[in-house]
Amino acid sequence: MSALDPSLVRELAPQVIGVLVRRGADFASAEDAVQEALLAAHEQWADEPPRDPRAWLVTVAWRRHVDLVRSDASRRAREERVEREPAPGPAATSEDTLWLYFLCAHPSLSPSAATALTLRALGGLSTRQIAEAHLVPEATMAQRISRAKRTVADVPLEVPGDLSTVLRVLYLVFSEGYAGEVDLAAEAIRLARWLVALTDEPEVRGLLALFLLHHSRRPARRDADGRLVPLPEQDRSRWDREMAAEGIDLLQGALARDRLGEYQAQAAVAALHADALRAEETDWVQVVEWYDELVVLTGSPVHRLNRAVAVGEADGGAAGLRALRELDPALPRYAAVAAHLHERAGDLADAARLYAEAAAAATRTDERDHLTRQAARLAPHRRDP
Amino acid sequence: MAKYLMLKHYRGPKGAVHDVPMDRWTPEEVDAHVRFMDDLADDLRASGEFVDAQALSPGGMWVRFDGEGKPPVVDGPFAETKDLIAGWMAIDVESEERALEVASVLSSAPGAGGIPIGEWLELRPFLDDRPNAVE
Repeated sequence: MSALDPSLVRELAPQVIGVLVRRGADFASAEDAVQEALLAAHEQWADEPPRDPRAWLVTVAWRRHVDLVRSDASRRAREERVEREPAPGPAATSEDTLWLYFLCAHPSLSPSAATALTLRALGGLSTRQIAEAHLVPEATMAQRISRAKRTVADVPLEVPGDLSTVLRVLYLVFSEGYAGEVDLAAEAIRLARWLVALTDEPEVRGLLALFLLHHSRRPARRDADGRLVPLPEQDRSRWDREMAAEGIDLLQGALARDRLGEYQAQAAVAALHADALRAEETDWVQVVEWYDELVVLTGSPVHRLNRAVAVGEADGGAAGLRALRELDPALPRYAAVAAHLHERAGDLADAARLYAEAAAAATRTDERDHLTRQAARLAPHRRDP
Repeated sequence: MAKYLMLKHYRGPKGAVHDVPMDRWTPEEVDAHVRFMDDLADDLRASGEFVDAQALSPGGMWVRFDGEGKPPVVDGPFAETKDLIAGWMAIDVESEERALEVASVLSSAPGAGGIPIGEWLELRPFLDDRPNAVE
């Protein structure tokens, strides 16, 4: 390993920021100090790599921070606080890093601010990379991140955060899609792995399991021409079995603790798909049962909609349509689900019309193209008024 | 987050509340209008919501393919009746509600007499072009 292995840097930087903040540095200056310490490391480690890189970074970053504070005459009050601080002690504890997770997912932040701050402070990604991944100008993302930092500047350290907000932010990062050089799904997996190591919470394991199970299907999610391939039609030999197995292991360990939550339940659905070597072997009855759990846990219409799909597979299109009748047609993806269920029920004329409707309502290019092809496939059956 | 395009029209099917053509404004009124647009773009940069802004020349023409090896067919300049896009501003916002709020501000740009024009803007959601990680 070279002295400054980038992956090591990305792992250490947030831990060191966490230590500085817990010692009284404000978030923005902690980050600046750590950036300077990394530059110093870059110059010095090649000749003389430290025995304990993290301790080295903590020491140097803390010194930089103290220098910065001292040189800033307008920060008298903080200076006094810094003077009272103990000399740099042992390197980061898991508590420091965990606290940084809570800070980046703080309820005072909007979802977009929380995801950006998480990627910057915990993921150690550059502003440019985060901007690219979200397809916005770098200057826009820089503002989003610095506003987020200002928002959480005065969050007290003592308050233990709410883990569910952290999980929600990681899920947002995962489901954001991917663009540019950074794969946000892989990034979310990395951050979730780390969180698993820091906590003893079944839902955290459930979330990582869910990520791994979804991610294991990525090689099959698009065909050679880049077209979206829906789950039932995916070439399952292309799924990453090893990754799926890891997800299933994690999930079983979590479920054994008997503290069910929504991410464990969603991972259980994904695991049932992973268990089926062929689409027709899927245990849809069990999938429906897990969606029943999810509806009880969250009451979310999204889970009700997915439940209707599962009912359609387990008990036929007509049963699925009955489950759909209780839902609001204004839901995202309602028309796509309705089209699929009508087709299963053998009502091709309505299915064709609904696929066209669903294509017009899609929010992603690949989904729109897929639904347009479905509408085209059934076009001969259309009977428009 | 969701991206939206706010389309401005030189002339459109829906007119505006305070509809005086720009070429009849005073220079100061034109300046005030341009400054308003620049300030709005700066505000959106500062709030981390700005994606893009672009003005279009009113000149232009229709073009279409006319068969292999033949030059394209051109029809122009535009007829007076054509719905004519003046430019756009693209934003990346937390919700549709916020997009409506920003569009309403853009529509309130001052025109003749410094009064908000109240022009109709087209607000169009982007389709996300990034592959989804979930399915």
